[in-house]
Amino acid sequence: MTQLLDIKRLKKSFTQPEGGNLLILDIPEFQIAKGEQVALIGQSGGGKTTLLHLIAGLLSLDEGSIRIDGIETNVLSEQGRDRFRAETIGYVFQTFNLLPAFSAIENVRLGMAFGSGKHQYSRAADLLTRVGLKDRFNYRPSQLSVGQQQRVAIARSLAGRPKLLLADEPTANVDPSSADSVLELIRETCREEEVSLLTVTHDMQIASRFDRIEKLDEINQVDHSSASSG
Amino acid sequence: MSLIHIAWRNFCHRALSSFLTTFSLALGVGLVVLVLSIYGVISEAFTRNASVGYNLVVGPKGSPLQLTLNSVFYLSQPIENLPYTEYMEFLSQDERASMVKKFGGDPKLAERNGRYAPFVSGGFAIPLALGDYFGQYRVVGTTPDFFTKLKHGPNVDEDFTFSNGRAFQTYSPEHQYFEAVLGARVAKDMKVGVGDTFNPTHGDPEGQGHAQGFHVVGVLDPTGTPNDRAAFVNLEGFYLMEGHAKPVENVDQFKPQNDDVLDQTIDAVESDEDGSEQDTSTADLQTTVDAGSSETSDESGSSEKIRLLTIPEREVTSILVRNGNMLFAPGMQNAINEGIRAQAAAPIGEINKLMSMIVGPLLTALLAITGITCAVAAVGILVSIYNSMNDRRRDIAIMRALGARRSTVTNIIVFESFQVALIGTIAGWLLAHAAMVVFSGQIEDQTGVQVGFFTTSNYEIFVLPLVLCLALIAALLPAWAAYRTDVGSNLSA
Repeated sequence: MTQLLDIKRLKKSFTQPEGGNLLILDIPEFQIAKGEQVALIGQSGGGKTTLLHLIAGLLSLDEGSIRIDGIETNVLSEQGRDRFRAETIGYVFQTFNLLPAFSAIENVRLGMAFGSGKHQYSRAADLLTRVGLKDRFNYRPSQLSVGQQQRVAIARSLAGRPKLLLADEPTANVDPSSADSVLELIRETCREEEVSLLTVTHDMQIASRFDRIEKLDEINQVDHSSASSG
Repeated sequence: MSLIHIAWRNFCHRALSSFLTTFSLALGVGLVVLVLSIYGVISEAFTRNASVGYNLVVGPKGSPLQLTLNSVFYLSQPIENLPYTEYMEFLSQDERASMVKKFGGDPKLAERNGRYAPFVSGGFAIPLALGDYFGQYRVVGTTPDFFTKLKHGPNVDEDFTFSNGRAFQTYSPEHQYFEAVLGARVAKDMKVGVGDTFNPTHGDPEGQGHAQGFHVVGVLDPTGTPNDRAAFVNLEGFYLMEGHAKPVENVDQFKPQNDDVLDQTIDAVESDEDGSEQDTSTADLQTTVDAGSSETSDESGSSEKIRLLTIPEREVTSILVRNGNMLFAPGMQNAINEGIRAQAAAPIGEINKLMSMIVGPLLTALLAITGITCAVAAVGILVSIYNSMNDRRRDIAIMRALGARRSTVTNIIVFESFQVALIGTIAGWLLAHAAMVVFSGQIEDQTGVQVGFFTTSNYEIFVLPLVLCLALIAALLPAWAAYRTDVGSNLSA
């Protein structure tokens, strides 16, 4: 199987307020194949979100390499990473992170706004229809339920036709009855779009839905048993 | 979805804050545009009104600006008076001889050309006598030449026309020397028209009224010049009002000697049944004869005698001069100014000095004040956007996570500031010009300048670039904050 994400000897540390560096991540190796769906389990403060930010190019790593679809992203300039992220990576946030000034369909179109592709209205409309919000195109986030907001966020994350979708605790803020459907929606849509999926969660029940489950404390050589941040 | 669209959404999302910021900028811009427009109107009014077909104003020594203001704009007080002989210096020997014969005066005056006559050959010299009022409006004693030789309009090529009646004549059988023509605004404000009479007051608007009334024989069409605000009376009639003759000892020695012409003149007057068709030359003849008699009776045979003033008794306040050849103007101006009694002022030059010395600095001060208003409004933009940055850091982080570059989110902030600037400038421009339209009637009444919605000053084209620059400066700080927004920490917030 061809690797879409290939992480090697990744290290990331943060400067502490009292001085000195705190090593958060030390991952010798981690891969995801094209079209694969992986659940990454880890405790709070274990560095899950930091890992996603590193993969997305929102943070710079200290050592090692991250290769996505054959491109080593950590050697790209910041602008290059921004562009790569816009065209290759989708991101679903724990708190949805919809922009309140924009309607549902505008939020989805924002997912295409910063890449080089066309900002197709039809693509945004199609995605919203597929996530069951055909009649909510012009609703503002404040006019949508929590579940509906997460559906808009999912549609937005896929709008730019990414190759890798990063989902950070996507069901954490959704009520339990909706969590299954939201998760299923993400997985199903990723299958349809042939997008690799990396979901981080602390919920074993959520992770159990995935064929491949990885534990962060197993792939990360840093002991976070006494850590308080990440 | 373009960055401008994203900026517009942000603008709309904070509707109240955006509206208030934009409105304060609109008020600032409106003030600037209004000041510029008013300056444009004043400038045009002064310049246009200083160009009415003559190039020099001659008056007594003193302030050339005061001379221009009272002779061209009928503002301020006349400096003093000049002897009539100073006016005669602009006339040819024939004309001078005719005057000596008509009015009586030193015979030596008829023996030579006027000193400045060669300079004026092909042009004209029109005397003005000021000092009386009709209501709040100036009474201007002058000759019928005023209406035939002077022009007005933007290109100084329009003749004076009458909405009613005609120009006054030097003498008419019906009203003798006491005919008047009113400027359009005088007629409107004082509610008088052709057929009415009025009695000027002496010295100031509240002064004592002259017993002698003037018959209104014409009302001028509006000209957009100070002439709309003047009541013109026949100079001979002006002289005949009580208190207008300069006291002269032994005036009898100057009285004309050719009494034999009197009979011919009276015959001529009696043969002119209509009288209204009497042209200037006839009027001149009549005047000559009247003057020849020094005392004459009116047409109805009244026993009241009218004696025209002799030349020594006459004075003029100023003389409007147009040189036949403009190349002569500087030489003549210098020659007059080197004399001991008179000065010659170029109205346009004086007005330009006024504009640059008084109005210009005043405008600069006003512009500075309104500019500060705009700067305060720009600070408002800064405060408004910067205060919103706390709420927007997360939005910026989200956009960065979606692939927006730092420069992209920075540009969005700048566009947002530009939107406030653009809308504020357009709204301010519209407000100012709407105000100009609302007050256009009063502006036209006061200055004679017609203003419409799209009447613009040349300086207005600088307003938008200036405001955009201010907006750019105002956007720098929040844009820098946007540039530095940390994605990781704000996404997790």
